[in-house]
Amino acid sequence: MLREIWYTLADFARTFGALSLFFVRLVASTPQIVATRGGLIIKQVYNTGALSLVIIMVCGLFVGGVLGLQGYSSLSKFNAEDSVGAFAAFSLLKELGPVITALLFAGRAGTALASEIGLMKATDQLSAMEMMAVNPVSRVLVPRFVGGVISMPMLAAVFSVIGLFGAHLVAVDLMGVDPGAFWQQMRTSLEPSDISEGIFKTVAFGVVASVLAVWEGYNSMPTAEGVSRATTRTVVITAIAVLILDFMITAVFL
Amino acid sequence: MGDSGKQLIEISDLDYSRGHLQIFKGLNLSIERSKITAIMGPSGTGKTTLLQLITRQLRPDAGTILIDGIDIATLNLKGLYKLRCRFGMLFQNGALLTDINVFENVAFPLREHTRLPNRLIQHIVLTKLHAVGLRGAADLMPSQLSGGMARRVALARAMVMDPEILIYDEPFVGLDPISMGVIVRLVRKMNDALGISSILVSHDVQEISTVADCTYLISDGKVAASGSPDELQNTSSAVVRQFMHGMADGPVAFHYAAPNYAEQLLGRDTE
Repeated sequence: MLREIWYTLADFARTFGALSLFFVRLVASTPQIVATRGGLIIKQVYNTGALSLVIIMVCGLFVGGVLGLQGYSSLSKFNAEDSVGAFAAFSLLKELGPVITALLFAGRAGTALASEIGLMKATDQLSAMEMMAVNPVSRVLVPRFVGGVISMPMLAAVFSVIGLFGAHLVAVDLMGVDPGAFWQQMRTSLEPSDISEGIFKTVAFGVVASVLAVWEGYNSMPTAEGVSRATTRTVVITAIAVLILDFMITAVFL
Repeated sequence: MGDSGKQLIEISDLDYSRGHLQIFKGLNLSIERSKITAIMGPSGTGKTTLLQLITRQLRPDAGTILIDGIDIATLNLKGLYKLRCRFGMLFQNGALLTDINVFENVAFPLREHTRLPNRLIQHIVLTKLHAVGLRGAADLMPSQLSGGMARRVALARAMVMDPEILIYDEPFVGLDPISMGVIVRLVRKMNDALGISSILVSHDVQEISTVADCTYLISDGKVAASGSPDELQNTSSAVVRQFMHGMADGPVAFHYAAPNYAEQLLGRDTE
């Protein structure tokens, strides 16, 4: 029993070490790739960002709507329904925006990255690049990683803005909260540090979600089952990593 | 070139295992410059693995592989990529990049390694596609190609940098007789006109006989026989005769190692 726990810990440490080295390799190659392969990065920003916009906007609208409803329902008990704007803004900018966007990003863009890279491996496309003296890390992995890191904060910003619109729609237009009070409470309550915490989280989640997706795809077994497993692991591991990281960042910013 | 001798590739005492399965046991083999060398053998003998070892996609457990006198095990990544620029490789499944069209697939090595103007790249790519009969398919995506067409595009891509060494992994699989005839003649013509050295892995005894200058037959992790296709056809070795004439009975077992058939059908434990 103890030996099994030891082996599991050793295996985790080995994988974490390899993942860290892989991350360093990606980051070290990034400046050169940004300078020489900007077109590939823009294409990946489109693939991971623009193509995720619809799901982000729809989810943001309904999450904002729920915040409007719940906020109004809870705060009206204390005659504080005017604070629903501040309540929605805090929730969206500091927590729900970054976290839900990261989870949606892992489900939409992360799985697409992992399965695409896994299939490229299974069909010898990465080996063919190696044989053409083209480094697949530079040509395939780094542009996808950088594209994901750029997309994630932008998606989180869109999520939060649409979420605030949803909260306004429900609280002001449906429940009758005063629009001036809705915006005024938000402006007076929010501090710049609240926004910077949200921005920091989205960047951190973008790095984690992108590197995990690229790692899982690149290290998948070159079979249909291997690609499927890599895709599933991308979502599961990213979700766990994002929630742990969210707790840690929140604790640091408090 | 580091060495202008007759031998381009020299493999000495090569050992390679995958898990518990030993694929090569002291393999010795040499490939001559400007010749077409065929590597043949029954399924599962490690022909593709040998190509991966020669191009250092895999590393051997023991032994040396010299290319032009350079021990490829000693090369760093930069040196390895420099060496690979001299190679062209046709993969078993074509391995075309699926997110770009046929033209861009063939142009890919030129765009990555040269600064040629677009007009010249277009000229070179169309010439290579014309050679494999697919100039008209330049705008198609790889998903729109049949298996045989994809392999012909991959061949055009392998040739586009005019490599010194062309490696073909099962080049005749999935080709119709017309395409096969054209490709066989193309391989021969490129070799003779450009002085390319070619390494061919194939099961196709008939086509290999018409195109290869030298043939190695690999069996049981070693070279079972070597020589010209005619010499192999007339050999007295039982293994070689069984393979070259496609005989079911002989020293090379058709069946993978298995317990007694009758005992297994009767459900008796034979271990």
